[in-house]
Amino acid sequence: MTTVWSGTALAEAIEAFAPGSVESSAGTDVWLKPESISVVCEGLKTRSEFKFDLLSSLTAVDYIDHFEVVYHLTSLPMNASAVLKSRVGLGRSDAFISSVVPIWRGADYQEREVWDLMGIRFDGHPNHKRIMLWEGFPGHPLRKDYVTYDQSIAAGAPDPDTESGAVESGNGDE
Amino acid sequence: MAIKTQPVTVNLGPQHPSTHGVFRMRVMFDGEEIVDVEPIFGYLHRGSEKLAEERTYTQIVTLTDRMDYVSSMLNNHAYILTVEKLAGIEPSPRGVWLRMIASELQRIASHLVATGFLIQDLGALGTPLIYAMRERENILDLFEMICGARITNSYLRPGGVFMDAPEEFWPALDRGLDDIVRTIDDLETYLSGNEIIFSRTKGTAVLTPEQLINASITGPMLRASGVDWDLRHRAPYDYYDKVTFERILHTASDNYARYWVRVQEMRESVKIVKQCIEQIEPGPVRPSFDDVPRLIRPPAGDAYVGIEGSKGELGFYLVSDGGISPYRMHVRASSLINLTLLRDMLIGGQFGDLFVTFGSVDLNMGEVDR
Amino acid sequence: MGESLIANSLWRNIYCVLAGDSSVCADNGYSAGFLPADMAWLAFILTAAAIIGLWVNGILGGVIVLIWGERRLFGRFQSRTGPNRWGPWGTLTSVADAVKTMFKEDVVPKDADRILFNLAPIMIAAPALLVFSVIPFGIGTYVADLNVGVLFIMAITSLTTLAVLTAAWSSGNRIAILSALRSVALLISYEIPMALAVVGVIMLAGSMSLGDIIAAQGVPFILVQPLGFFVFFLAAMAEMARAPFDLTEAESELAAGYLNDYASMKFGLFFLAEFMAEISTSAIVTTLFLGGWRGFDPIPSHFWFGAKLIAVLFVIIWFRMTLPRLRVDQVLKFAWKGLFELTMINIVVTAILIAIWPQPTTGELWIMAAINWPVAIISIYLVSKLLGTPSYDKPQPDADAPVYPVASASIPASSVYSAESTTTSAPEGGN
Repeated sequence: MTTVWSGTALAEAIEAFAPGSVESSAGTDVWLKPESISVVCEGLKTRSEFKFDLLSSLTAVDYIDHFEVVYHLTSLPMNASAVLKSRVGLGRSDAFISSVVPIWRGADYQEREVWDLMGIRFDGHPNHKRIMLWEGFPGHPLRKDYVTYDQSIAAGAPDPDTESGAVESGNGDE
Repeated sequence: MAIKTQPVTVNLGPQHPSTHGVFRMRVMFDGEEIVDVEPIFGYLHRGSEKLAEERTYTQIVTLTDRMDYVSSMLNNHAYILTVEKLAGIEPSPRGVWLRMIASELQRIASHLVATGFLIQDLGALGTPLIYAMRERENILDLFEMICGARITNSYLRPGGVFMDAPEEFWPALDRGLDDIVRTIDDLETYLSGNEIIFSRTKGTAVLTPEQLINASITGPMLRASGVDWDLRHRAPYDYYDKVTFERILHTASDNYARYWVRVQEMRESVKIVKQCIEQIEPGPVRPSFDDVPRLIRPPAGDAYVGIEGSKGELGFYLVSDGGISPYRMHVRASSLINLTLLRDMLIGGQFGDLFVTFGSVDLNMGEVDR
Repeated sequence: MGESLIANSLWRNIYCVLAGDSSVCADNGYSAGFLPADMAWLAFILTAAAIIGLWVNGILGGVIVLIWGERRLFGRFQSRTGPNRWGPWGTLTSVADAVKTMFKEDVVPKDADRILFNLAPIMIAAPALLVFSVIPFGIGTYVADLNVGVLFIMAITSLTTLAVLTAAWSSGNRIAILSALRSVALLISYEIPMALAVVGVIMLAGSMSLGDIIAAQGVPFILVQPLGFFVFFLAAMAEMARAPFDLTEAESELAAGYLNDYASMKFGLFFLAEFMAEISTSAIVTTLFLGGWRGFDPIPSHFWFGAKLIAVLFVIIWFRMTLPRLRVDQVLKFAWKGLFELTMINIVVTAILIAIWPQPTTGELWIMAAINWPVAIISIYLVSKLLGTPSYDKPQPDADAPVYPVASASIPASSVYSAESTTTSAPEGGN
């Protein structure tokens, strides 16, 4: 059965080799400072007490006033799993974090997807392009404040597809 | 004296008979040797993760069907397990056995598609493919018996499944399992004795276990390189610890190994289904609506559950804010991550191996793009 | 008129019905024909036209039947019916196909070289038809029995290479030329084993004329020359670009082979030429190795030829439906390292046998067969060892020597998450 690392134990162990990198921990989660992600992940992958060699999942969540990048790690030699989180883009400012592609190659497409849909930049990514949507797509759709063209027409904003920008009556009573 | 040659770039466009789904590759090759590959996808992106934020937890089951559309039951299974972990729901035993049967049958169907299309891409003009598809039709008929739909099933619900299997399902299942074993024997005879398949698939696109694990690749691709990692063994969910089945491993890690692993896994799935049939007990297939309401409101928090899908670790990450819809849903799509090493597998190889290698990764564009 | 024309009984029959009192016909027991004696030249022309018309229409009719038959066989191999809509058992399907092909728009690409573009389909269809002129379909049923018949066949079938290259070049399409070069490599590589495989047959028969070869087959040469048959059959399938050698119509730059830019009836001609090549290959195999129209007496010779032809066609279609295709480098390797060596062995052994027994009688042919079969089996086995893919040493890893350490260690118990051990530091920034 896969054993799950407890957040406090993992936080202590991380502080042991990378002091000052942990913000907080609770339950199974550890919150790290964004600037220390590379150092911590490198340690988690190579150090013998962790050996997290498989990055199961890399994703991001939009919590209105900040973003949170979530890493799910698995260790095959120890049959263990852990969760790392990191808060970026506080105040919805420029959200960026260093890329873990040099550490785990499997982060490649997942980080591109987070950039594409959530708008978090990954510094150091070898191929930092959109993956699902085309280059030139306006906005990052998975964000909570993303408004589609349809909705902006209904709200009265000019439709960029029509020349005169005429407003058509949307759904519902206007 | 070396002849000056010029590399040629070819666009194997989104519509192509040999790419399984809408997938585009820009291939640069020099004579017969592939020099560079750039995969481009996103043609099937439907915004499932965004749509999930506006649907109730039960309605999302229909969204998950359509992601990896050849393994709907497995997608449902992964999602429902995550919902149960998030909401702390205790599933009913009979529902668990039924969904295990459904998942394993779905795994067989998915592997039949993969194997059939391998041999088709190798050029056998459809004959073995028809045999594999004919068997898959039997499995889809069984699904129709259980839940009314063949492909996008939406069979699972939080706590179990939504409908019990009818009386005629169990004898049909017994007959179906024997037919499946016969078809697997046929396909295996084809694979294990045909020199042309050997020469086309053995030794091509070899990957090391370290490369695969570093690229987060799991599933038959990883087991074809000898790494004994199967989430049904290592992190058993549902009642997988109450059934016994073998570990299918192969050390060669080439195209042939990946197909061999899939064919053998089908046999193991048949064994699992037989053991489930023996151990299933009568009872309710889902908790009553007093215990688990129709509209679930899980407590605030998040959960990630990964199951062994047909292509690797299929995981769902759900964040709840206490409402009837999830705050965020993320799918750990095994096909997308299995694509990571496509370029490494193809570069340096021959053009004739391109579609064979691509097929051995066993992608499903519905899952890659979501 | 030449001797050979008179010897051709088909010619004689038609001519003498038409011609007047000609000395030729009178000698052979014909009375006066339809035309007056001084219009013998008209009889000549009419007979020639009749035979040509008979041949061409016969071949095209055979192609029509073959297209239907092949598609129905495909269906049966795949546990489905095959075409059964048009006509009884779908027999008119080919007619529907032909009508459809004729009505499509004939597109010529802008960059194409028009003269060559229009010439290429003719270049490929004409030799395919021409091959049939030397093949005897029954006793006395042939157009011409050249004394270099086999050489003629080999030479004419080589013209396909030129046609393929012309088609690709004139399309003005870079990808088409690449695909055509691959196809030309295939065709050239397999011509040599194909021609050399027939050398044994020629040595046994003592002549290159197809009529003489049939006459010499007291024992069908498939039994006397198993290696020759094996090599010739495979090389001929490769020359037709049929599975397992059909890399040209395969995924290689798919939908952009050398035929890509051809539409409508020009494509129809390529298509027809492929099927004509199939029938002609089967006919050649039947003539050279299966004894042609030889059979047992009460049943006419045309029937024997037809039955053998259909049997060979069935085997060719069976191969196509079952086997996957080889990659181009494997195909070329097979030709040069496999088939070529087998033909050399065949020629040496046959030469030795002919030196012992020149002009072999039927009994001596049986002895040659008994010698040739073990030689064939052993040499094919040795070549397969040379070319085959080696099997894996140890496909499954040992249980105690894993490829990668999995679950070999465990994390200390204090690190394990348990529901009671929640801490007081709550996450900031709520959901």
